[in-house]
Amino acid sequence: MTVHYTQEHEWIAVDGDSATVGITDFAQGQLGDIVFVELPEPGRQVTKGGDAAVVESVKAASDVYAPVSGEVIEANHALSDDPSLVNTAPEGDGWFFKLRLSDPSELDGLMDAEAYRTFCEQQ
Amino acid sequence: MTDATVPEKTLPLDQWHRDRGARMVPFAGYAMPIQYEGIIAEHRWTRESAGLFDVSHMGQLIIRGADAEKALEALLPADLAILKEGRLRYSLLLTEDGGIIDDLMITRRGDHFYMVVNGATKDGDIAHLQAKLPRTVVVDHMKEQALLALQGPKAAETLARLVPGVEALGFMTGGAFQIGGVTAWISRSGYTGEDGFEISVPAAQVLEVAALLGAQSEVKPIGLGARDSLRLEAGLPLYGHDLDTETTPVEADLGFAISKRRRAEGGFPGWHRISAEFDTTLIRRRVGLLVEGRQPVREGAMVIDDEGNEVGKVTSGGFSPMLEAPIAMAYVPVGSAEAGATIRLTQRGKIFQAKVSDMPFVPHRYHRKGGGQ
Repeated sequence: MTVHYTQEHEWIAVDGDSATVGITDFAQGQLGDIVFVELPEPGRQVTKGGDAAVVESVKAASDVYAPVSGEVIEANHALSDDPSLVNTAPEGDGWFFKLRLSDPSELDGLMDAEAYRTFCEQQ
Repeated sequence: MTDATVPEKTLPLDQWHRDRGARMVPFAGYAMPIQYEGIIAEHRWTRESAGLFDVSHMGQLIIRGADAEKALEALLPADLAILKEGRLRYSLLLTEDGGIIDDLMITRRGDHFYMVVNGATKDGDIAHLQAKLPRTVVVDHMKEQALLALQGPKAAETLARLVPGVEALGFMTGGAFQIGGVTAWISRSGYTGEDGFEISVPAAQVLEVAALLGAQSEVKPIGLGARDSLRLEAGLPLYGHDLDTETTPVEADLGFAISKRRRAEGGFPGWHRISAEFDTTLIRRRVGLLVEGRQPVREGAMVIDDEGNEVGKVTSGGFSPMLEAPIAMAYVPVGSAEAGATIRLTQRGKIFQAKVSDMPFVPHRYHRKGGGQ
């Protein structure tokens, strides 16, 4: 399992041809208290950089983009009952959805953990 | 409204906020603390204990002169003639069409009036006042004065520890006090729906006052984020969002700010339109909305009719930490403005259902005892 990061602060943990997507700890810290997450339905096709979910904090709504293209195979319904999981476990139980990758070569353009850490320090 | 190229002004307590972990954001031309530990925690703290807000970006004005009362009545719909010493009123600056230039608090204080206006609009307000008031009436912008608000059910007992006698103030009254050797004007007022105080002190000494208040166990600093969610729950409109120059006081459901005498006699800008709206011609009105589900509906969402036509708009929307549900304020046609009416909204291509609700969403807890109006 390898984890990649986007400049829009999503993470994607890849295991074979499937992957789990969420937002990073940095992102949840910037958003503040999360009160609602709108998740994509299984079966939906998403494209790299396209809208995939919406995360709402007390103050504002933010789009979550698909780090790579693929088909949504599962949404994390635990977030419907407890959106604050995104604050408490953003890179664990607070994951958003799972994808079946349609083009694994799209992962090549993403950052690894160290590159992402450097990227956040510059924000 | 804020030009991003203009450097932000610094609050007198800037470093104090940063030392307490505040995230600072540009607002009304200042770097302002939006949150410390988190909006929901700060919001709840204010409703349960006492929150300390820095509102030094707001404009504090002194208006004095031989005919100040009469001259101000020509600009504001408040009944200043019956306003007693040390009493304050919520009022409005109005355009000739009855649109709202700003909302404000005005206090009779000795030989002058003391006015607090919004931070983002203060320069325009001062220019408007100077242009409209006669030369015999002078407007002094108290730039060297800071303003703090202490709000919440424990505000009175906490402040009374430092300022004996302050607990005797009734809601919407103020007086001169000493706090830690600093001369302060303190009024029992605020914009959170809670009992509380607003404390005007010289900017040069506000650090001492903040340190004194901040050292009380009941007190935590609260950011602009929770200030916004608190005032939304309290059903209080925010200038630039729920109020603007295209909106009249009757549309905004602020008829209480127009006293009986002024409504009958007129003599303030927009009177013809405003009095007609009181009687018959009102088309739309600000209401509270309880939004179904958990997803907040934000400012800018549209109110639609059964055919999908846009008939109104959401002007404030968010998540109520106390109700744990989305709430909003919107302008809707008067036919749909009664509590219980069903409203349909659109936001980012999605339809939402909402019910018109009485406001406040969370009951006010002002200190009414002894505060005869």
